[in-house]
Amino acid sequence: MAITSIKNLKEFSTVNERFEGAHLLCPGCAHSMIVRELMNATDDNLVISTNTGCLEVSTAVYPYTSWDTSWIHIGFENAASAISGAEAMYKARKKKGTLKDPDAPVKFVAFGGDGSSYDIGFQWLSGAIERGHDFTYIVLDNENYANTGGQRSSSTPIGAHTSTAQAGSHSYGKTQKKKDIVAIMAAHGAPYVAQLAPNKWKIMAKGFQKALDTEGACFINSVSPCTTEWKFDPKDTINVADLATDSLMFPIYEIIEGHELNILYRPKNIIKVEDYLGAQGRYKHLFKPENRHVIDRIQKDVDAKWEYLQRREEARV
Amino acid sequence: MSQNIPGTAKKGIHELGAETKVGWDEVTQGVVLEPFAEPVKDVAHIRPEERNYTDFSSYTATVASWRVLKPVYNSDICIDCQNCWVWCPDTSIISRDKQMLGIDYDHCKGCGVCVEVCPTNPKSLLMFDTNENLDVALSQWPEKKKKEK
Repeated sequence: MAITSIKNLKEFSTVNERFEGAHLLCPGCAHSMIVRELMNATDDNLVISTNTGCLEVSTAVYPYTSWDTSWIHIGFENAASAISGAEAMYKARKKKGTLKDPDAPVKFVAFGGDGSSYDIGFQWLSGAIERGHDFTYIVLDNENYANTGGQRSSSTPIGAHTSTAQAGSHSYGKTQKKKDIVAIMAAHGAPYVAQLAPNKWKIMAKGFQKALDTEGACFINSVSPCTTEWKFDPKDTINVADLATDSLMFPIYEIIEGHELNILYRPKNIIKVEDYLGAQGRYKHLFKPENRHVIDRIQKDVDAKWEYLQRREEARV
Repeated sequence: MSQNIPGTAKKGIHELGAETKVGWDEVTQGVVLEPFAEPVKDVAHIRPEERNYTDFSSYTATVASWRVLKPVYNSDICIDCQNCWVWCPDTSIISRDKQMLGIDYDHCKGCGVCVEVCPTNPKSLLMFDTNENLDVALSQWPEKKKKEK
């Protein structure tokens, strides 16, 4: 497998981009940072499918495409099944010897938002991972249906204000916890499952290379700060991602073969979740005195999760 | 609907309907958009400026009209760390051979992420009004800030 050197940023920057500008994602959107990083991490040919979501509607606005690779969009939920089919066909044609260029290295990648992966496409994703097709599935997790106006998804964390879980005098926003999709995918026994963040570019690029290099269905959940629905200034995308990883709201770790857990990033100074919540408009209401208990609960959950991850890493089970 | 975008000959991304393109009514099921004029092998080994893009690639379009502020690049201070390159959401930082060359104002939406992640003192990238003259902007560059004790 031909991979790009990611020893340092200077070497990484010599790659030839395959994701073009003038897509219609919001200014400061982290989706395109993650997609660019994935496509720059390898120089193999890529076959990409994308679920409906911000990424799909913004990068393939007729009559333009922002992709310099093979790219397909079918339905809201079926990026995983579309890429499974493409991969199965590729393998079959390789076996039959009907490929034009059988030696060209090809990698199969599927992108989905959290709505199409955690909720709507969950069954298709689960099936594709279970069948073990040789592809990498990447979730661009912005914790809501940002494309359609910021409705709650099962990835939205407790306490967040969304357009269908509004904060007000009788509610503090979403009352349910975020679904732990990384654990669910690891439970499928996938060979490589990871949670990554775009602000840690090197860890992310390494994770992508590892996933592309691993045979079998790999799954990556990546936080993607959403300037529109999380309500922060577009220039602060990376700052908010920093707060997310340093407050351990988004711990960065990988799980190999469903059991071997490695923590990939340990913040030098762990900050309070308050700092992360305070940077975003969607949590503004939590700082009212009557909602303080939600912040305390989030902090408690985050601490417990971090403790759990550390113990899992130690125990190697 | 025609957009006049200063400083670029490219068409606005919303400016549809060139002769070769068909409307939604004539589109058959399953549309294929070819970004390159001829089949290309190993795109990853061809420099963007050497590629033969068709009108279907968004590379040939521009979103410059979105911009309110634009980043201005000061090559005297830049240390070529490439932080702006890796985090630019719009593929608008032009880097070749480990050197930062400048900003692609056709595709830059002016989000300001590049200015935030710039580590130099003073910053090598700063936001100015999108109509500001580049030389005027460079002449207004701030002095090095002293460390606060």
